[in-house]
Amino acid sequence: MASTIRVRATSSGETTEVQALIQHPMDSGFVKDAKGEIIPAHFIQQLTFEYDGKNVFTADWGGGVSKDPYVKFAFKGGKKGDDLKISWVDNKGATDTTTAKIQ
Amino acid sequence: MKLRSAIHLASAALALAVLTFASAPPLAAADTIDPVADAKAFRKFFTDKFPKVKLEDFVNGPYSMNEDLHRQWQEKEQFPPYEFSLEMGKEMFSKPFKNGKSYEDCFPNKGIAIRQNYPYFDEKEGKVVTLELALNRCREANGEPPFSYVRDEMAALTAYMAFTSRGKPMDIKIPNDPRALAAYESGKEYFYTRRGQLNFSCATCHVQSPGERIRAEILAPALGILNAMPIYRSEWSGMGTTSRRFTTCNSQIRGVPLTPQDDEYRNVEYYLSYVSNGLPISGPGARP
Amino acid sequence: MRNTTLKSALVLALLAGGATSALAAGAEDDFKAAYAAADAANKEAGKLRNQWTTTAATLAAAKKAADTGDFDKATASAKEAEALAKASIFQATSEKTRWRDLEIR
Repeated sequence: MASTIRVRATSSGETTEVQALIQHPMDSGFVKDAKGEIIPAHFIQQLTFEYDGKNVFTADWGGGVSKDPYVKFAFKGGKKGDDLKISWVDNKGATDTTTAKIQ
Repeated sequence: MKLRSAIHLASAALALAVLTFASAPPLAAADTIDPVADAKAFRKFFTDKFPKVKLEDFVNGPYSMNEDLHRQWQEKEQFPPYEFSLEMGKEMFSKPFKNGKSYEDCFPNKGIAIRQNYPYFDEKEGKVVTLELALNRCREANGEPPFSYVRDEMAALTAYMAFTSRGKPMDIKIPNDPRALAAYESGKEYFYTRRGQLNFSCATCHVQSPGERIRAEILAPALGILNAMPIYRSEWSGMGTTSRRFTTCNSQIRGVPLTPQDDEYRNVEYYLSYVSNGLPISGPGARP
Repeated sequence: MRNTTLKSALVLALLAGGATSALAAGAEDDFKAAYAAADAANKEAGKLRNQWTTTAATLAAAKKAADTGDFDKATASAKEAEALAKASIFQATSEKTRWRDLEIR
């Protein structure tokens, strides 16, 4: 199955801009289904972006983040051709990770 | 008690409105249905109202009505939220049915780059046929169960087909057939007819108030409004079909929605698409 | 003497009982009539393809109140539903000609 993480990282020399789109239901645990039953909470709790062995961005999320979250940020440094590693863990213990090349 | 006085007030208001508009222009006779003139007037109305908006930008709805929204949308389009649905649509479209055939056997040009020709008037059947309807008919003709008109699968399929037509101008044809003209006129009537307890017509929001807010949303102009369909709506957290939009609009103004692909919906889609002829297909779209 | 009093008391009690249930039956009949009228009007609106969501909701509220035995409330809701349904019929019929007022020409 394809990765749940789409990422694009572009370096402008001094800074690298990162955009990521992650496929995840991000159920808050407060919404009821058509039968009136609660859809159990199922959301990413932590999202990390790692460059050169260091975390350049960490997100601690809860049920307030919407489905298929989109993240955009920039960090100092990052060279074209280098790797950027993205991983997430959700409240059910599921994970996904992907590595992208900085363009 | 408050509701009853509200109803009385509404009835009184309606009665007053009837009296006030007693001097309305005479009804055009049925034999003067002129889609070409309608489309010209329709386009002129919106370009006059929004002289700074380029014609092709009308298809971007609220984003052409508000600079801040436009900027945010441009950013998002670099990594659009509809990517997952679009991919799913492409996969679904290429997967053969159980009988070995596939969607490309049902459509001209194998179903690629044809979205701008829908809806069309089927002279054999004597009715308007929309893309969603054609897709389900294709499924049923090949022994597959039809999809719901308001759920993800139909949205993903139409998203893919729209994507293959991106940039192509809307190209709806009205054959010289009184039934086609009647369907067109019927669609126009539906568009302007007020309905629901809130007494709104489609025109109330999309002709009288584009660029203005309804609660927190900015309203899209009717010109080009179907060119971006289907749309990934943040409100829906997903891709939604034209049928979904029509039915939810009805219930939002407290009118009981009709069944998707009922004649009225097919006809209003026909009318709205025709008067937006020439504007580019921009689907699938993203909306708030 | 005692027998007569007892008999009269019994008769009175029966009469009172009968009267109360007659009253109750009256309220229920009123509701049934009001609900039938509202339902018929809403079906008429349905034929005109112009029902309101609030009509259905008010009809449902009327039925719910009737199920709990509150016929006064139920009848009031049913009458409101009828007014809503009639307004939706008026809207559909008047819009048949009035829609052109909004038309771009």
